[in-house]
Amino acid sequence: MADVALRKVVKRYDDVEAVRGIDLDIADHEFIVLVGPSGCGKSTTLRMIAGLEDISDGDIMIGGDIVNDVPPKDRDIAMVFQNYALYPHMTVAENMSFGLRLKHYPKAEIKARVTEAARLLDITDLIDRKPKQLSGGQRQRVAMGRAIVRNPKVFLFDEPLSNLDAKLRVQMRIEIKKVHQKVRTTTVYVTHDQVEAMTLADRVVVMNKGCIEQIGTPNELYHKPATRFVAGFIGSPAMNFIPCRLEDVGGTLQLRLTDRIAFPLPPARAARYNALPRTEKLLLGIRPEHLTESHAHLAPGVETFDTVLDVTEPMGMETLVYFGLDGTPVCGRVDPNAGAKDGAPMRLAMDLNNMHLLNEETGVVL
Amino acid sequence: MADVVVERGRIARATGARKGSSLRNVLGRKSTVAFLLTLPLILLIGLLVLYPAFFSLYLATLNKAMTKFVGLSNFTFLFKRETFWMVVKQSCIFAITAVIFKALIGFIVAHFVHNIPGKKQRKWRGMLLVPWVIPPAMSTLAWLWLFDPSYSAFNYTLSFFGVGPIPWLGETFWARFSIILVNVWYGAPFFLIMYLAALKSVPDQLYEAAAIDGANWWQKIWYVTLPMMRNIIAITTLFSLIVTFANFDIVRILTSGGPLDTTHLFATWAFQVGIQSSDIPLGACVSLFMVPILAVAAIFILRDVTKRGNEA
Repeated sequence: MADVALRKVVKRYDDVEAVRGIDLDIADHEFIVLVGPSGCGKSTTLRMIAGLEDISDGDIMIGGDIVNDVPPKDRDIAMVFQNYALYPHMTVAENMSFGLRLKHYPKAEIKARVTEAARLLDITDLIDRKPKQLSGGQRQRVAMGRAIVRNPKVFLFDEPLSNLDAKLRVQMRIEIKKVHQKVRTTTVYVTHDQVEAMTLADRVVVMNKGCIEQIGTPNELYHKPATRFVAGFIGSPAMNFIPCRLEDVGGTLQLRLTDRIAFPLPPARAARYNALPRTEKLLLGIRPEHLTESHAHLAPGVETFDTVLDVTEPMGMETLVYFGLDGTPVCGRVDPNAGAKDGAPMRLAMDLNNMHLLNEETGVVL
Repeated sequence: MADVVVERGRIARATGARKGSSLRNVLGRKSTVAFLLTLPLILLIGLLVLYPAFFSLYLATLNKAMTKFVGLSNFTFLFKRETFWMVVKQSCIFAITAVIFKALIGFIVAHFVHNIPGKKQRKWRGMLLVPWVIPPAMSTLAWLWLFDPSYSAFNYTLSFFGVGPIPWLGETFWARFSIILVNVWYGAPFFLIMYLAALKSVPDQLYEAAAIDGANWWQKIWYVTLPMMRNIIAITTLFSLIVTFANFDIVRILTSGGPLDTTHLFATWAFQVGIQSSDIPLGACVSLFMVPILAVAAIFILRDVTKRGNEA
């Protein structure tokens, strides 16, 4: 096991920069998830760590050693691929032991390791089958088993759950977390699914257009996003962004959303935003769960407004409501018993204690 | 195609309210449609393959003048002739050696071509296919000139190195070597193109997984490429074995079986015995000997293919 470090790593394809000089330190035992939309450079980054792609510039270190020119087989890593990449002509046991056999491990040890990994992944009964005879989830387990038996310094996962159906994905997500809790190997995991990222990671790395937007624990990213991209990418349904401006009314700082709707800011927020120029074009970032039905007893900092709902989506434990504020579509989350109906008027409450204010041009959270 | 027809048939049946239904039912059945669609090919095969095959069986049981039924005496006569056994041996040596070299060269070149990027690959593929698309009768004539003992490019070139002149077609060893060489030159592109297609169908991620598992280039070929290509290799080998075994034109043009019948294959010897020496029943008899030999090869190779078909 080892730590991994990336120093100003760049990947260029002809004249396109897929990865633009990223720095990343991954601690020993850590579970890091690289997340971002397709084409953001996350898979390329992972493949560079694996040694499957050359790096154009910068350094990659595994366990303190620079491995820029070390071939994949000598990096002591294991990788789980999106389409599993199991050898179709080998049985499960042969697939899992292939790496060990190439390294001429003693037969008894190979058997012991394969048996142990199979037990850990609950695939002992499948050990003599060919990949073709396995379901998607089972194949995924075998692919993980192949990684585990090697006992490598680093696990690399390249969108391992994308080929599974939704239910199995949730199940395998938990399996992966359990396995990591047991083996504690440093893990780099790539996904485009922010739910996977949030649930699995010790720390999440959000990437966009070849750069790192933000690194942080799932909670940090959720509650303190640094940019509009992160704020919009993490969380489902996504955060609402509503154009707004600040104004002073009778000595208090107000947030004006539309001609009709303006809220006084809670004192802590007012102090934070007071220095901003009143002319600056701003965006209010508010998550749907902070836009709820109105109560009789509202906490300080929670303000109400009336609107007409366009569409409602009953989800069972909650109902999503969609409405417009001066043409900006907004989503809220209300209690299923709050009586939200398509096309009906409703009084909603906005929790300004959990608001974010963004610069509309730069997308930076202020 | 058949599905569409069947679908239409069904719709017609559903809307047509069961009038004239028996004919429509027969036409609408999937098996009937399938049979009708394959009928032209069945007729063609019957005409061009089955009829001549059975006719040659019949011919092989006649006497030289084709006037009397003689049973198997043509066959027993052949067994006693030394030339026949030499032809058997030569056909086997020729076919096996040529196929091995074609497969080897095709495999190696396919790897090189596979690693050439994009547009250049298409050019190379086209150029390397040339030997295979030129009619062999024509290209073999060119080889005939190259093999000329006195004035050929080969011997001229070799003379600079103080070698030769080599009697390419005049000595048994060199004549056998030459016809194998030409056959390999002609047939290797077929292997190349088949192996190239097979190589392209191996997912890159398998090689990446193998690279991470610690395989070097040789181990990648041995543990990934070859097992993934096994079926293609088996079928290509069988196909080529049949075609090579039945080869006629190359030997006919280069040596006509000489020197002293040592380069004869079944087809050329059957031609010589049957047509040139006017003993058609005996010629038919010679050509029939290819069937059992090839059948054994086919059974062995194809049995393995179906067995493995379930794995991949």
